[in-house]
Amino acid sequence: MSHHKIDFINISYSYPDGNKALDDINAHFLHGESVAIVGANGAGKSTMLKLLVGILMPQQGEIRLGDIPVTKKTLNMTRQQIGFTFQDPEDQLFNTSVYDDVAFGPRNYGLEEKEVEKRVVNALRTVGIEHLMHRAPYKLSGGEKRAAAIATVLSMEPSVLAMDEPTSALDPRSRRRLIKLLQGFMHTKLIATHDLDLALELCSRTIVLKEGKIEYDGTTAGIMTNTELLEQCGLEPPLSMQGCPVCGHK
Amino acid sequence: MANITQAYNRIFTLDELSEKKTAIHRINPVIKLVVTLIYLLLIVSYGKYDISKLIPLFLYPVIIMTIGDISLRPILAGLAVAAPLVIGIGIFNPLLDRTIVYNVQGMGISAGILSFASLLIRCSLTVTAALLLLATTGMNRIAAALHRLHVPQIFIIQLLLTYRYISVLMGEVSRVYNAYSLRAPNQRGISRNIWGSLIGLLLLRTYDRAVRLYQAMKLRGFENHYYGVNLDRLNKTDIVFLLGWTAFFLIARFINIPVLLGLLVL
Repeated sequence: MSHHKIDFINISYSYPDGNKALDDINAHFLHGESVAIVGANGAGKSTMLKLLVGILMPQQGEIRLGDIPVTKKTLNMTRQQIGFTFQDPEDQLFNTSVYDDVAFGPRNYGLEEKEVEKRVVNALRTVGIEHLMHRAPYKLSGGEKRAAAIATVLSMEPSVLAMDEPTSALDPRSRRRLIKLLQGFMHTKLIATHDLDLALELCSRTIVLKEGKIEYDGTTAGIMTNTELLEQCGLEPPLSMQGCPVCGHK
Repeated sequence: MANITQAYNRIFTLDELSEKKTAIHRINPVIKLVVTLIYLLLIVSYGKYDISKLIPLFLYPVIIMTIGDISLRPILAGLAVAAPLVIGIGIFNPLLDRTIVYNVQGMGISAGILSFASLLIRCSLTVTAALLLLATTGMNRIAAALHRLHVPQIFIIQLLLTYRYISVLMGEVSRVYNAYSLRAPNQRGISRNIWGSLIGLLLLRTYDRAVRLYQAMKLRGFENHYYGVNLDRLNKTDIVFLLGWTAFFLIARFINIPVLLGLLVL
């Protein structure tokens, strides 16, 4: 099975209340690409990621992970390849220790306990919280919870990381640490975010969604300087590209 | 407001205590589970007026708490949750069963009072034993012990999910209650008028949260299979613990120790 690309082909999705979240989306992602998916609230960013991992199923079109279409029958296979982190890390931490949470995925895929332990230690070391292994997840700080949530998917050794608002509710230092961490990952990364500075630092490509449609798909540098289009889509240029609030110097 | 938030923070206190490394904590979870089950069965097997025979059974929680370094406070907090239920069940015994069975210095003690006291003692002992099992073993290892005893996976998963759902529910209650209290500073508690809508809201919110948790589990390959933590093999200490307590429980069941001690003293 080749996981070198992800294809969204004519994808449309409406929620049961009639809200059309995505309308005829076509996007192709190459192996190793870092792509930011940005847009105003309700633009369809989270829906796109939920469709990719099969939490939602498209009403029209097809999503393919390599050669495999994402369908109910193939979910077991495709989910093993995609690490999805929720907007709220607490949704992902449901065991009584960080170790058990990180081991949850590998155990479910039937790995030997020795291999499970190896993966857990590796994943925790990668995100820098090996020392929190035996702590209760609910006692961690926001940044530590986020790191633990990422470790829970890294332990499954996915080829794609799909992250929903990874920097929300993080303090500046935790946010910086997370960006550095993600810069070190060679996975394909799809990041739905409002944090355009994160997109600028981490992603070479950005997709801008507006009312369920793609308004822009190109280089991150290209969209961040297009103030007019950003404003049309309910966004603002990243803070790092705005003038100094004190002296106005850019 | 503080009470609900504190209760939320206290939910896992017992589980945290289970990380201690005392001699009791080191006993194999399967053995601790079996001993607790024998203890519970023993207590419920006593007649409703058998108070004196129950007294020696206090030894078990006292010893476990002492060696296991478990403070009384979290146990009392757990008992306080169970107490209203038992009191509600037995409160009418003294009124319904007024036959005088003992006379203590001219004061008649009715069978109803005796059975109510017996019920309270049995409730205290059983709840304490269950809480001590949690405090010295932890929910994950209890689940692993159940798995080792070939309890069907579906029950173990239900147990673990229910345990998790309590914290989800309490978390939501705490958040809703805080938000309400901050905008109704002069009220004590929550107005009765909105109890219905608030409970409905809580149900919807916890349901949403539970769905997201379930999605997170499914995304990591959860297929209703329980993969428990590994438990160590039984050693000599475990066997001694099992046989010692079982022997004591049997002696306490068939010999009235307080009466025997009284006779020896007299």
